[in-house]
Amino acid sequence: MIYKLQFADLLPYWDVLVRGLAFTILLTLASTLSGVAVGTLGASARTFGPQWLSRLVGAYVELIRNTPFLVQLFFVYFGLPAAGLKLTETQAAFIAMTINLGAYSTEIIRAGIEATPKGVIEAGVSLAMTRLQVLRHVVLKPAFEKVWPALASQIIIVMLGSSVVSQISAEDLTYAANFIQSRNFRAFESYFVVALAYLMLAILARAILRALGSRLFPKA
Amino acid sequence: MADFSLWVIVSNLLLAARWTIALSLIAFVCGGVVGLLLLFARISGVRLLERFVFLYVEFFQGTPLLMQMFMLFFGVALFGVEISPWMAASLALTLWTSAFLTEIWRGCVKSVPLGQWDAADSLGFNFVDLMRYVILPQALRISVPPTVGFLVQVVKGTALASIIGFVELTRAGTMINNATFRPFLVYTIVGLIYFALCFPLSLLAKSLERRLNAAR
Amino acid sequence: MPLVSIVDVRKSFGSNEVLKGVSLPVERGDVVAIVGRSGSGKSTLLRCINGLESHDSGTITVDGLEVGGAATDMRVLRRQVGMIFQQFNLFPHLTALGNVMLAPRIVLKMGEREARDIALDMLAKVGLADKRDNYPSQLSGGQQQRVAIARALAMRPMALLCDEITSALDPELINEVLRVVETLASEGMTLMLVTHEMRFARDVGTKLVFMHQGRVHEEGPPKALFAAPQTLELQQFIGASRA
Repeated sequence: MIYKLQFADLLPYWDVLVRGLAFTILLTLASTLSGVAVGTLGASARTFGPQWLSRLVGAYVELIRNTPFLVQLFFVYFGLPAAGLKLTETQAAFIAMTINLGAYSTEIIRAGIEATPKGVIEAGVSLAMTRLQVLRHVVLKPAFEKVWPALASQIIIVMLGSSVVSQISAEDLTYAANFIQSRNFRAFESYFVVALAYLMLAILARAILRALGSRLFPKA
Repeated sequence: MADFSLWVIVSNLLLAARWTIALSLIAFVCGGVVGLLLLFARISGVRLLERFVFLYVEFFQGTPLLMQMFMLFFGVALFGVEISPWMAASLALTLWTSAFLTEIWRGCVKSVPLGQWDAADSLGFNFVDLMRYVILPQALRISVPPTVGFLVQVVKGTALASIIGFVELTRAGTMINNATFRPFLVYTIVGLIYFALCFPLSLLAKSLERRLNAAR
Repeated sequence: MPLVSIVDVRKSFGSNEVLKGVSLPVERGDVVAIVGRSGSGKSTLLRCINGLESHDSGTITVDGLEVGGAATDMRVLRRQVGMIFQQFNLFPHLTALGNVMLAPRIVLKMGEREARDIALDMLAKVGLADKRDNYPSQLSGGQQQRVAIARALAMRPMALLCDEITSALDPELINEVLRVVETLASEGMTLMLVTHEMRFARDVGTKLVFMHQGRVHEEGPPKALFAAPQTLELQQFIGASRA
């Protein structure tokens, strides 16, 4: 027996899909900003900070990079309230994604910082800059330029990984697919359409990040 | 609740971790085989094949692994075939792994200098001999560290099998949590077990890479 | 009191003693050319003066401030002493103008306009006013080094330390940089140059310092020293650099 795909059965739920799409986009946007901020601080502490701080950041990075995001999400959403910190689904999703991207981007940005020639740092020091000024004005921008493609890939990986936030009932794109297939029993069609939506998002994000990169780091 | 001693929790999670390991190995081995075939197709010079693998990689790298699992789980059922969560997870992870490994390995093959291809061409090698005697031996060396590194991603990826109902480490954690109501403890242990599986692999990948760089 | 005073300075890297008690006074307006074989400690001495390396014993003072002294803010001291490097070390993400403006802006807290005016003045001084919008990667080595000089000058330093500033340049680009340094010397800037350009050391220097195995082996007016070196080592060194 051959099954006929029925994509038309999705149409009545277009508003659910749009809401899920908007949620995923906003969640990704917010956690990208905070995650890269954490990564910038983390990488700075890892390279310029005192040894104890550098080790602490190193432990954070390894702990996150070597455990599944789903478990991190469950830990934040179920585990932290048990320790007294109550969070909504959206807050938990945002925090877990920030922690996750923060760890990866710490490692990525650190590689960029470490690629800075020693002499360029010495030039900044010789011009009477403070360590913080050297880091901010001399080291970070070239470092970001160097690792921008890697950072962009990681942001997209985190966006795709965010589909599991539906498991704590955060109402993202995947949640929308779950909801729709529970109503119209067109599971494959629902997930297929949503998978394509993610694919479009990934392609779009890649294009935007590339454009942003050439805007931020102009090279004549 | 007092019945669940720490040891009971830990031992049950460790038992479940066997399935995480099994699933990881299946995905890695099968994904490796499929990935190798795709790699040959990708660099075969046959436009249609290359195009197909390009789209395949684009799809599996551009969509969430969770969606891929759902589609397999529900898609196969459309043909009237019952598929277990175990099968669906193995299949989805295999396909997903193959896409990433193909792309990683293509990078390694591309890093073999062009002169090598030309030299072999001028000696009249056919495609199979070219691969077997010239390109692969060189690409193989540089491919080991990133391949081991990706194994970490596979182990972590298996956690998603819990969502379609396969009982591995994460799923076992959820079940134990539902029985004990000690999420902080349970998910900490779950995380530590994953860490114990993944961290040695990460270290190995890093040291292999360092050794490779030192040798060059 | 000398502008820069170096008294019995010692410095080791591990078990390797690079400076074995160096003393050297530098007066305002002096152009001190420091020559010697590689490994004789010339560059290390220069880098100790602005604290890029810390010396183990002895004292260095710049305009009365003791380098590494407990009461000294090294950043105040570094404002007085510019440094120019062998590898230029321009900031790769900034244009020529951006390179020169940065420190006046963030260290001297100048306003945008003022910093820009000074930077443009300095670029004009090194003959690169037309290259102000170029990135370092778009400039020749000689041009990059002149931007580096302008960058140091924009801080209005009392002295400039030049660490083999022509050694990384192609031969045909060396003169454009030396001409700039010569102009600075003629305007009365205090200069300490580690250099391999013997003719430049003789013609422009007011004092020649020959370093050998971590010590000042011979010093004096360049022309006299070149004409009649007192020690065998300097004779050999001058002979080798002529060949």
